[in-house]
Amino acid sequence: MLLARWRQTLVAAVGVTFSIAMFITLLGFMNGLNDLLDGLILNRTPHVRLYNEIKPSEDQPVNVAGQYKDSYNFISSVKAGISRQEIYNSGPILQTVKADERVLGATPKLLAQVFYNEGTIEITGVINGIDVEEESRLFNFQDYVTAGNPIDAKNVANSIILGKGLADILVADIGDVVQVTTAQGERFSLKVVGYFQSGIQEIDKVQSYASIATTQKLLGKPANYMTDIQVKLHDLEQAPAVAREYAQLFNVDAEDIQTANAQFETGSSVRSLISYAVGITLLIVAGFGIFNILNMMIYEKMDSIAILKATGFSGRDVNLVFLLIAMSIGFFGGVVGLVFGFLFSVVIDNIPFVTAALPTITTYPVNYDVVYYVIGGIFSLITTYFAGFFPARKASRVDPVEIIRGK
Amino acid sequence: MKGSQEKMQEVILEARNINKEFHDPVTVQVLRDITFTVNKGEFVSVIGKSGCGKSTLLYILSTMDTDYTGELYIDKELMSGRPDPELARIRNEKIGFVFQFHYLLNEFTVLRNVMLPGLKLGRFSEQEIEHRAMERLKMLGIDHLAMQSAYRVSGGEKQRVAIARALINDPHIIMGDEPTGNLDKRNSDIVFNIFKELTEEHNQTLLIVTHDTEFAENSHRIIEMEDGRIIRF
Repeated sequence: MLLARWRQTLVAAVGVTFSIAMFITLLGFMNGLNDLLDGLILNRTPHVRLYNEIKPSEDQPVNVAGQYKDSYNFISSVKAGISRQEIYNSGPILQTVKADERVLGATPKLLAQVFYNEGTIEITGVINGIDVEEESRLFNFQDYVTAGNPIDAKNVANSIILGKGLADILVADIGDVVQVTTAQGERFSLKVVGYFQSGIQEIDKVQSYASIATTQKLLGKPANYMTDIQVKLHDLEQAPAVAREYAQLFNVDAEDIQTANAQFETGSSVRSLISYAVGITLLIVAGFGIFNILNMMIYEKMDSIAILKATGFSGRDVNLVFLLIAMSIGFFGGVVGLVFGFLFSVVIDNIPFVTAALPTITTYPVNYDVVYYVIGGIFSLITTYFAGFFPARKASRVDPVEIIRGK
Repeated sequence: MKGSQEKMQEVILEARNINKEFHDPVTVQVLRDITFTVNKGEFVSVIGKSGCGKSTLLYILSTMDTDYTGELYIDKELMSGRPDPELARIRNEKIGFVFQFHYLLNEFTVLRNVMLPGLKLGRFSEQEIEHRAMERLKMLGIDHLAMQSAYRVSGGEKQRVAIARALINDPHIIMGDEPTGNLDKRNSDIVFNIFKELTEEHNQTLLIVTHDTEFAENSHRIIEMEDGRIIRF
């Protein structure tokens, strides 16, 4: 029966193939983009960041004082007292964190506010003092250094890796020397050893990187001075729990990645939702195609159904035959669709996609997650099952007497 | 079943007080109190004018039509009121059909068409069913067509294929609804002779509804109907 209407059957199967292929391609591409955009931020963001926030003390002296305990105290214009940005006891904390088995790695960071001197103009900026090797290992630092060698920041004394945007403003080539003034008023000359390009323009205009030792020197601080400890975990999902635990344990502020970057999660999930919706719509349309073709097939095959029933095939057998036809259309169409989806993904993956904002990307990003293929396959079977269900039930209820007598 | 030339007085099919009404568009009683029996090995023709209810009766006897009152026994078992899948199994095993139109499945070969009810019954292995199908095609003189597609053979040949299909499961009774109605004189004679041979040499029971009085005259027994009643048997 399948063979007799092979052309229509083929059309139905092609419908399924097309929709599955588009489903796979769309999801692969969308999620590739998602991963890329998330990666822009998430790969470089520590899962847990330990720091000391400058904020007024919650226990103001008047509240602590015994004699005013029972009264209600109004205090206005509360200011932060003399507090340091430095993390106290940073060495032992770093050691403890590194020893934690949930932790992939931890690296110190030191932020220094500076002015770059360009003639008479001063440009504000931030120098991140980092442990270059650990930063490269944990946060792919080397991927974003588009010119020069990142390890030079450590090996060359008084060196700096400038943000690309900032370098353009300062007209600073590699090997040039730039002048910086610290917030404390000290002037330094730093040698440019590389460019850093994050893909986010605003960051590139402000941020620069130097080794932690250089930065400590800029600030005139000792070697154990650090303002941040960045922690990368094995499992991203544990970040909030770990952050709470560390905050209590070390008496510092701790921020997890989910809190810091909530908007990215939302964007990703909305994009996924859209691609799922489009893919499923395509499949449902293909399902209607199968429904139509099977319906027509039943009208054409009334005689065959009648004789099958007359010679002892029950309604259930006939039902099964038509469901089988629908499901095999779904199965073969689906399998070919998965292959085509994969091929389309490969094609997209090879289309050049060069943008100044994304230094590490040369082609369109595609995600080849098996999950999408499994979902696509299952959905093709489910839609074709439902597309076949009603025609099959109709076929099973054909009354052979009516057909045979009608002749 | 083969061999025995004697006709035992074994009742294969029995109808008791069968009544049927059509309700659409107005209630018409098409069958009134039909009661008769068919014995094993009999070749029975049912004749009557158009609209006398003879086809309707046949479909009730074949278990395909279940909307009637009265009792129907096939092989001494009561058929009335049984569920559809069970009736389908009984049709498969105990009744062979030959219709005016051949109803072969065009997608399959002649051989496959004959084998189909046998495969459904599943009493024998596929190989054995194929062998039995060839046997029956040979008996009807059309074994050379076995591998042809069903739509490629001529009208007379198609009807013989349909008979072979009816025989595949050694049914208790073969029912025919105008099996020669679409055939020319020569092919009608061939089909009639096949029926004759089946009943005389293989003791096959036949119940054939026909318009063809010559056909009926040559069968063993004639049941004549008029206005939903049996007037001669």
